[in-house]
Amino acid sequence: MSAIDRKLWRDLWRMKGQVLAIALVVMCGIGTYIMFLSTLHALQSTQEAYYRDYRFADVFASLKRAPESLRQRIAAIPGVERLETRVAVQVRLDMPDFPEPVAAAVMSLPDGEAPGLNGLHLRAGRLPATGRADEVVASETFARAHGLALGDRFHAILNGRRQALSLVGTALSPEFIQQMRPGSVFPDTKRYGILWMGRRALGQAYDLNEAFNDLALSLRRGAKVRDVIDRVDELLRPYGGLGAYPREDQTSHRFLSQELTQLGTLASLFPVMFMGIAAFLLNVVIGRQVAMQRQQIATLKAFGYGNLQVLAHYLESVAVIVALGIVSGTALGAWLGRGLAGIYTEFYHFPYLNFALAPRTVIEAALASLLAAGLGTVFAVWRAVRLRPAVAMRPEPPPAYHETWVEKLGLKRWLSQPARMIIRHIQRRAFKSALTVLGIALACGMILTGLFQRDTVSFMVYIQYGLMQREDLSVAFTDPTAYQARFDLTGLPGVRHVEPYRAVPVRLRHGHLDYRTAVRGFEPGGDIQRLLDAGLQPVALPADGILLTDFLGGMLDARVGDRIVVEVLEGNRPTREVFVAGLVNEYLGVSGYMELSALNRFMREGPTISGAYLSIEEGALPTLLSRLREMPGIAAVAERRQEIRNFHRTMEETMLFFTYVATVFAVIIAFGVIYNNAQIALAERGRELASLRVLGFTRAEIAYILLGELGVLTFLAIPLGLGLGVWMCDYIAQTMQSDLFRVPVVLVPQTYAFATTVVLISAAVSGLAVRGRLNRLDLVAVLKAAE
Amino acid sequence: MKNQVDAPAGAGRPIFEIRSLSKVYQMGEVQVEALRGVDLELCEGELVVLLGPSGSGKSTLLNILGGLDVPSGGQIRYRGRELAVFDDTAMTRYRREHVGFVFQFYNLIPSLTARENVALVTEIAAEPMTPEESLAMVGLADRLDHFPTQLSGGEQQRVAIARAVSKRPQVLLCDEPTGALDAQTGVLVLDVIARVNRELGTTTVVITHNAAIAAMADRVVHFGNGRVVSVDANVAKKSAAELSW
Repeated sequence: MSAIDRKLWRDLWRMKGQVLAIALVVMCGIGTYIMFLSTLHALQSTQEAYYRDYRFADVFASLKRAPESLRQRIAAIPGVERLETRVAVQVRLDMPDFPEPVAAAVMSLPDGEAPGLNGLHLRAGRLPATGRADEVVASETFARAHGLALGDRFHAILNGRRQALSLVGTALSPEFIQQMRPGSVFPDTKRYGILWMGRRALGQAYDLNEAFNDLALSLRRGAKVRDVIDRVDELLRPYGGLGAYPREDQTSHRFLSQELTQLGTLASLFPVMFMGIAAFLLNVVIGRQVAMQRQQIATLKAFGYGNLQVLAHYLESVAVIVALGIVSGTALGAWLGRGLAGIYTEFYHFPYLNFALAPRTVIEAALASLLAAGLGTVFAVWRAVRLRPAVAMRPEPPPAYHETWVEKLGLKRWLSQPARMIIRHIQRRAFKSALTVLGIALACGMILTGLFQRDTVSFMVYIQYGLMQREDLSVAFTDPTAYQARFDLTGLPGVRHVEPYRAVPVRLRHGHLDYRTAVRGFEPGGDIQRLLDAGLQPVALPADGILLTDFLGGMLDARVGDRIVVEVLEGNRPTREVFVAGLVNEYLGVSGYMELSALNRFMREGPTISGAYLSIEEGALPTLLSRLREMPGIAAVAERRQEIRNFHRTMEETMLFFTYVATVFAVIIAFGVIYNNAQIALAERGRELASLRVLGFTRAEIAYILLGELGVLTFLAIPLGLGLGVWMCDYIAQTMQSDLFRVPVVLVPQTYAFATTVVLISAAVSGLAVRGRLNRLDLVAVLKAAE
Repeated sequence: MKNQVDAPAGAGRPIFEIRSLSKVYQMGEVQVEALRGVDLELCEGELVVLLGPSGSGKSTLLNILGGLDVPSGGQIRYRGRELAVFDDTAMTRYRREHVGFVFQFYNLIPSLTARENVALVTEIAAEPMTPEESLAMVGLADRLDHFPTQLSGGEQQRVAIARAVSKRPQVLLCDEPTGALDAQTGVLVLDVIARVNRELGTTTVVITHNAAIAAMADRVVHFGNGRVVSVDANVAKKSAAELSW
């Protein structure tokens, strides 16, 4: 090894604390980048492969009943590749282990062959035998939620008849990656399940022999989805078609792809932010590090080392530090990414996971950090080698200090000599000081971006379930029911208050924009279900017209007073215009709202309801649930506390994991930056401070001068950092808006306090480390050296 | 007596020819004239002491001789070639191949041992001695693997000399080599410098403000206020061991 390489390794070893701190910053930047992107890539490629391998359909349609002979005419529509007619029904289940009503979708399977579309991935057991009306396959999540084993029996109400079913298999399906009850915002595996049964057996139970009520299509490459849907709708209209819809509107797919989009947003935002900030800090830290070696650089030059050799020497040492960060960051990022993708695989019930660390991702991250560090080095080395060695070898000439504006303002007499030294030094090197402040501020802001989502989720739960949906139970009927049904509910033991609702699946149109959702009708003056305006104040339901979620208004480009087209997707499917009476603020989902009687009028139906919200007395729940279970016509019961749990579970299993990791990384970066700043400040000013010691200053006094500066810069950085943090949170929230949910930026005081504390503790620990070295300053060396 | 600015008759060929050399520094808001028209010749194998008070311009001259700085005016020729027009690459090669430096504060690399500090130079030189040879020459054969902090000031300066001469330079430039040392150690260091000059025939320039050292030189150049005040040739030069201050 050459002497200059030995110098490299020994120098690195000597400043190992700083090397470690810089490598940690790089590690966190790269770790975040790789974790987010590898997870995203894994999920996207898994989703794609899963859809392809199990032939997930492109178009779906439901209808009342059509003869199987219609199949040929649908298959003949140009663009249709493959076609699967099915029987699909919603049923009630009686689960022996569970007192609450449980709903399920039962889908037919072709007898004696695998489904041509939406294939099943059998996890255990087998498919139902041909003609067996008592054999079903259940979705694995549902079977697991109820602890069902193969051969277990439970009951279903099939077309009003109670029928014993036996579990012969469990399966996964690309069609039900997310199992969500129609109308629900979050999956619930315990109260909603998917069952598959033989076509003939299910058809017989529902009088659908040689007939179907559900349809899935796959399209040829290049086929126009819209055209096919129009043709399908045309053919199904006489048979009670409910409107065909593309894959984009399929519930499970939509939920999954929204989540992946959101993940993609986070995955492009966080890593870029982290890498950008880490790169910036790296640049600053390395630059100052090299600048301090000015005299050594001059000595090397005096011996005849050329500029490029000197530059190469420093680039090598920086490359070693960055390489440490790259290797550890890649390993950490890949490990976290695999773990996270594993969590998602479990969460989405993918049959497998395609996880591969894309070389491109690693290379991008590595290049970004090498480039940042390299530039910092090149600039600093360039500044040093540009000087004549004779000049560079001398200590820098005393910089021109001036009275600062703080002093000129007349505060001078309040400032001690050391305090003047601190502020003059800061002002003299305003640019470097500003970079330090910006570095600490960015690190501080990053901590907020990690934490704000947690605060926000709590806030959203409070708004959604504390101010808007305040029921204890919600009950959904199997079919639209006469208004009188509310009194059956009112009469149940423990029920305090009942608010009925009507929910109608619709497609809303305004101009060329359209959106599938539901219109909900409530009675005016309700206390359980409330709508809020942008200021979170309750909004009264108008006697006429429709209220839209503000985000939906934006999606449809509809303002208050505009007329929009409501195309109902059930019953006799009326299509009418209605005017937008107002906008309401919601964080979850998007819907339209009307007054119940106005909606009934709109539907040209008598007083009709789809379900009701109940507030109940304490302790009444168990009895009430078993009573509801006895009642026919009730499709599902949702408990508010359960909804909140589901909400938290969804958020925690996905988004929050990211943000915890991001927070930890942000904390490490904050520490790395502050620690390095303190160490560099010491190295830059060691001589000056030692001279002060020689003049009779105590250790505490010189520590005050050095750490006082760090303190001032830290205190300047904190408010700036909190401001920057809020701005970054706003940006994240803006980019994460979707029709599934909008994330408000909510930061509780504790979060600000946490970020502030992390910065202060980092500063304190760094200060202590520097203080230790200040105590060991070599005073004699100062006297000996330099004129 | 006429100032013997030009090389004395009978000395080796001139290695440096300096004419009307000037140097002006811009120090903040002040202009400092470090050299105000210096004329001087230095010959091969000569040991010259530049004597003068602080700020008299001797260090500036040494830095220009060594290619660490460039003059503001005048000529400086090294073996007939004008140094002032060298670009950075040429200047780097000049320093690498022809010049050895010894600094007042040694400028050793703290993270390298004595041997490695010398190797730092021998690795890039054309026909160097081994680090062991050059360290033996300065009497440090038994301190090869010591780090600078494990060596006394005199030992550190001898490492610096070993480092400077290991490349067998044509010119050895020493800036206050004993400035940070006590007299006894200083004599030891000067003895090493004299030996290098004698045994390797290296043209040697020693800067000092210590008049006692002048006695070991072939010629003594007195500096004052940026000019050569006078040049004396020593008829009978003393060995370093005979010096005291």
